[in-house]
Amino acid sequence: MSHTTTNSTTAPTKTLAGSITGFARRPEFGALIGALAVYAFFAVAGGAPFLAPGGSASWLNVASELGIIALLVALVMIAGDLDLSVGSVLAGSSMVLAISSGYYGLPTIVGILLAIGFGVGVGVINGILVTRTNLPSFVVTLATNFAVVGLTLGFTRLLVGSTAVSFQADPWAKFLFGELIDGKFETAIIWWVIIALAVGWVLYQSPWGNWIYAIGGDVVSARAAGIPVEKVRISLFAGSGFAAAFVGVLQTCLYNGSQVAMGQSFVFNSIIAVVIGGVLLTGGYGSPIGVILGTLTFAIVNQGIYYTGWNADWASLILGILLLIAVLANNSFRRMALTGGDTKSKGKK
Amino acid sequence: MSATPILSLKSVSKHFTGYRALDDVSLDIYPGKVLCLLGDNGAGKSTLIKILSGFHAPTSGTVELNGKAVVFNSPKDASEAGIATVHQFGGTFPLMSIGRSFFVGVEPTKGWGIFKRFNKKLANETAVREMQSLGITRVTDGDRLIGGLSGGERQAAAIARAVHFGANVLILDEPTAALGVKEASHVLRIIMQARNKGVAVVLVTHNVSHALTVGDNFAVLIRGKKADDFAKGQRTREEVTDLMAGGEAMAELEAELATLTGAIPIVE
Ligand SMILES: Nc1ncnc2c1ncn2[C@@H]1O[C@H](COP(=O)(O)OP(=O)(O)OP(=O)(O)O)[C@@H](O)[C@H]1O
Ligand SMILES: [Mg+2]
Repeated sequence: MSHTTTNSTTAPTKTLAGSITGFARRPEFGALIGALAVYAFFAVAGGAPFLAPGGSASWLNVASELGIIALLVALVMIAGDLDLSVGSVLAGSSMVLAISSGYYGLPTIVGILLAIGFGVGVGVINGILVTRTNLPSFVVTLATNFAVVGLTLGFTRLLVGSTAVSFQADPWAKFLFGELIDGKFETAIIWWVIIALAVGWVLYQSPWGNWIYAIGGDVVSARAAGIPVEKVRISLFAGSGFAAAFVGVLQTCLYNGSQVAMGQSFVFNSIIAVVIGGVLLTGGYGSPIGVILGTLTFAIVNQGIYYTGWNADWASLILGILLLIAVLANNSFRRMALTGGDTKSKGKK
Repeated sequence: MSATPILSLKSVSKHFTGYRALDDVSLDIYPGKVLCLLGDNGAGKSTLIKILSGFHAPTSGTVELNGKAVVFNSPKDASEAGIATVHQFGGTFPLMSIGRSFFVGVEPTKGWGIFKRFNKKLANETAVREMQSLGITRVTDGDRLIGGLSGGERQAAAIARAVHFGANVLILDEPTAALGVKEASHVLRIIMQARNKGVAVVLVTHNVSHALTVGDNFAVLIRGKKADDFAKGQRTREEVTDLMAGGEAMAELEAELATLTGAIPIVE
């Protein structure tokens, strides 16, 4: 992942200044500045309580749940699509788990597998609809988001007769998915790290990574180069469906139950985190490290506000402004990246 | 021409919902020769190229590879048959690194099993070496983004890629259109290098000088039909110019233009 000096033909040697501007050209640079800035800001404004373990836990917990979804939504977005269905998939799969293992008393493992299968299934349907119809994924996944909300609500009322179902996970599942480490830190944080490593591997080390960038960059050329475009796009939607369902499982185990209305905040929050993280809305550009930093930025603002003593309403204002700055900054960083080593010519073109 | 063509079109037509983009066109493409495909805007040049490269299936007629009829169901089929195409728009990935885009779809890996991973070092080194061997010496870092290259360097990257993967047929749709004089001649030189290696080249261009410089054979399309077909030296420059304008006499058009602008037409 680093900027290795590899080839012997490199004529102008890479100086320290060169590698600094080289880093400034990477997609995660803006996100790093943003994350450090909001952390510093809330460290001052929030003081000791924000810096205490409890303070860190509050934003890390939010970041980890959002981050799991954001990482896989980022892959969808790098390939040039959007997935707006993650909110209802989260709620739906959570309900699948709570109803099958809580209400009907099936083994926890069965409920979890059904929930994950539900999420992956919706993702595959999204992918097939998008690739077969050639409709924008924005519209298709917006439609499935509504459809799955309705489906979840309807079936839950039909089967259970209420909109909330309680569920007590088996000890092993509670330990893996719904524990609070040291009474504060959700196990989701560890899962986030594992999934981040996996996504980083896919994007940087496996041929799939190259395919994802190529599809987002120019889908016609990607197809001409022999990339199985449909297969990749469907798999990526299945991936974001998986992530949403997985967070649904984590929340259901943690909170001992499910509510039909949960999850919708993830739809836009995941996109905000991904965009602050430097992923191009039109696809073809972005990095998992950037997305992690974007997610942290989002979570720090979202939770840090409670430590300042101000009204929490201001958090949304800050996030809105950050989002705008991020998009503007990403544009100029990308222009810098495109001008290559020649920093004098930036701003042109 | 006694040599056998590597690729032929036999009475190929292509209709788009009622519109005949190509009408009964036959064409032979020879190894080690440059075929220039000429014609006005909308004459059907890109359509013809898309049939050769597997993007479109012909409505009627056949494509023959080494004398045998072939059907390309996808661009992948064509590229596996050794036909590499640099399309008029795009064809490269501006936001990918030189090394990564060079190997899109054929990524080199190292390691085994689940540890198999993209060999970035090899990809970058190969891409840079191949570009340098085509005379693009300014490019030394395979991590640079394609979008940061000049138009000519991007074309060179695409051509270098085709040559590297052993294309027998290299199809270029207006590779010099957006280029300055120097970069264009660079690309033309690269085309000649490929030709001298025995590659069959199909070149689409609107530039008479470029066509006459590198072309061995010429085919002219006018509104989807093949209007003329000749070898180097069989037509004068004026005749070629008129044919490229879709059969209208350029001298008349230029005279008309001169009366409108009040200027004297520049004679090349
Ligand atoms: N997919 C398509 N559907 C319908 N019509 C098409 C399609 N592709 C091309 N055409 C039409 O076929 C005709 C030939 O197009 P083509 O792109 O082959 O022209 P061209 O000779 O490459 O022109 P130019 O020099 O401007 O690139 C045009 O009239 C175009 O509008
Ligand atoms: Mg064309």
